[in-house]
Amino acid sequence: MNPFKNKGNKPTKAGFGEGLLEAGHRFHNVVCIGADITASVGCDFFASACPERFFSMGIAEQNCIGVAAGLALEGKIPVFSTYGVFAALRAADQIRVSICYNNLHIIIGGAHAGVSVGPDGATHQALEDLAMMRVLPNMTVLSPCDATQTKLAILAAIEQCKGPVYIRFGREAMPDFTSEEMGFDIGKSQEFHSGNDITIVATGHMVWEALEAACTLEAKGIAARVINMHTIKPIDNEAIIRAARETGFIVAAEEHQILGGLGSAVAEVVVKKHPVPMAFIGMKDRFGESGAPLELMKKFGMTSSAISNACLQLLKK
Amino acid sequence: MNMSPPQTYDPNRLRSISVDIRKSVISSLAVAGSGHLGGSLGLADIFTTLYFSVLNHDPHNPRWEDRDRLILSIGHVAPVLYATLAHAGYFPVEELNTLRKMGSRLQGHPGRDHGLPGLELSAGSLGQGLSVAVGMALAAKMDHKSHNIYCIHGDGELQEGSIWEAAMSAAHHKLDNLTAIIDRNGLQIDGKTEDVMQLEPLDEKWRSFGWHVISCNGHDFGELMAAFDQSRSVVTKPTVIIASTIMGKGVPSIEGDHRWHGKVPSREQEDLFIKELLNKCE
Repeated sequence: MNPFKNKGNKPTKAGFGEGLLEAGHRFHNVVCIGADITASVGCDFFASACPERFFSMGIAEQNCIGVAAGLALEGKIPVFSTYGVFAALRAADQIRVSICYNNLHIIIGGAHAGVSVGPDGATHQALEDLAMMRVLPNMTVLSPCDATQTKLAILAAIEQCKGPVYIRFGREAMPDFTSEEMGFDIGKSQEFHSGNDITIVATGHMVWEALEAACTLEAKGIAARVINMHTIKPIDNEAIIRAARETGFIVAAEEHQILGGLGSAVAEVVVKKHPVPMAFIGMKDRFGESGAPLELMKKFGMTSSAISNACLQLLKK
Repeated sequence: MNMSPPQTYDPNRLRSISVDIRKSVISSLAVAGSGHLGGSLGLADIFTTLYFSVLNHDPHNPRWEDRDRLILSIGHVAPVLYATLAHAGYFPVEELNTLRKMGSRLQGHPGRDHGLPGLELSAGSLGQGLSVAVGMALAAKMDHKSHNIYCIHGDGELQEGSIWEAAMSAAHHKLDNLTAIIDRNGLQIDGKTEDVMQLEPLDEKWRSFGWHVISCNGHDFGELMAAFDQSRSVVTKPTVIIASTIMGKGVPSIEGDHRWHGKVPSREQEDLFIKELLNKCE
């Protein structure tokens, strides 16, 4: 059975906003840059509470990133959030040069991750951001599994990191099931369900789906290990190698293209150290479309049943 | 434009320093074997004026928190920045011969990660520096600091849209502690800026974005000093100084030749160019 209980659906952006607000109260050099969609990406709590530390820059993501760099060079910790599609892609060169090459402590919040964005459709569904961000030197990439964890993620990024951090979160209210006591160690994954027959490495919304899949598999007598890979970079090599060695099969699950995201990152570790058969749950190299969040996740194969079927397929071979 | 120079500067001293800087630019590029000579020479007078007469800075304390900040947005003219920093005392002039070599602190485009004192930003991809300057200016306002931020741009660089995002935001946030300097030499790799992608009317563009605009001769110390003086007295608006320059200035045989944007002298040409430079000054 699922060891976690859904405390109630909550959008991960709310966790981002709460974490930013708390960070703003604790650290007086935290500042926030707005690109016109302040409330939509969870920065409104901070903007209202600390208006003198909120800078409106308008719909100009490249400038937002450069301004963040300038603020960081002067000892501020800037947090900039916009939709993941624009955060990771529109300003990619600025992130690469002004931020990563200068190795500056900046938090980039990539909102509206995955197809669960829903009716807005393809242009607003971030499906390539993990691939784009993890390939940049000096960048830390976080993908928390629920609203509670997203709050911890931004606090950890501000407190623990010295360089740039990209944090990915979604739009839709999704199961919120972790607790703050569980903590958040950047670079260390969390084993949410134990088992030695097969491993599901999941991130973001797909972690809950993975837990549901583990229940389904349990009923069929299969013990699946579920790992919450909340840090895509630096990835938890040790947990992946141990999973490969101890369970022999890995299914990666993400709300992201299967090319270049979590699955690829896991495969890179596995192939080098302990090759095992793998399956990849995610967007299969195509764009999303308009629809209701859950029906889109179903259409594109990013559900608990898609995960459990992939597990069964792997085990059959 | 008739701009009477302010009193506190010595044109002969600045001229002499600018010759030294140009010599170093020519030599360091000849030794390096690659790099950008034209723009580096063209900016030598502006850099001389800034580092020897305008900027509040301390070569022995490069991170002095009240220093004026200078951002080089056109990273490829790093040779003139390096030569100026060396002659100002940030590091030994001899180190200029390590330009672009593996392990050198003098990277082809400025790289802070190699530890060279005096660099505010690792840069090289055009169009990014002004945004960073805006961020620094915002921080200074937030902290009630009175230092100034200067940002140096090429004119071709102004074709990048990100420049205009930054320009809009600087005016919106009333950053009167920010001055942009444009190396207006009218040239870029493919030829004249006005043939490649028209920039004029450039002063009107900046004015319409809410900036105070000053045009001056980028090789006249008097006009440059007056321009910087004026920029410091402007309030509620950022200032842009559109400095007319000649690519390759100082070496008559290459002046105005856009092909010298990304070329360097051979060792033989190095001697010829330095001779021309010194002859010109007699």
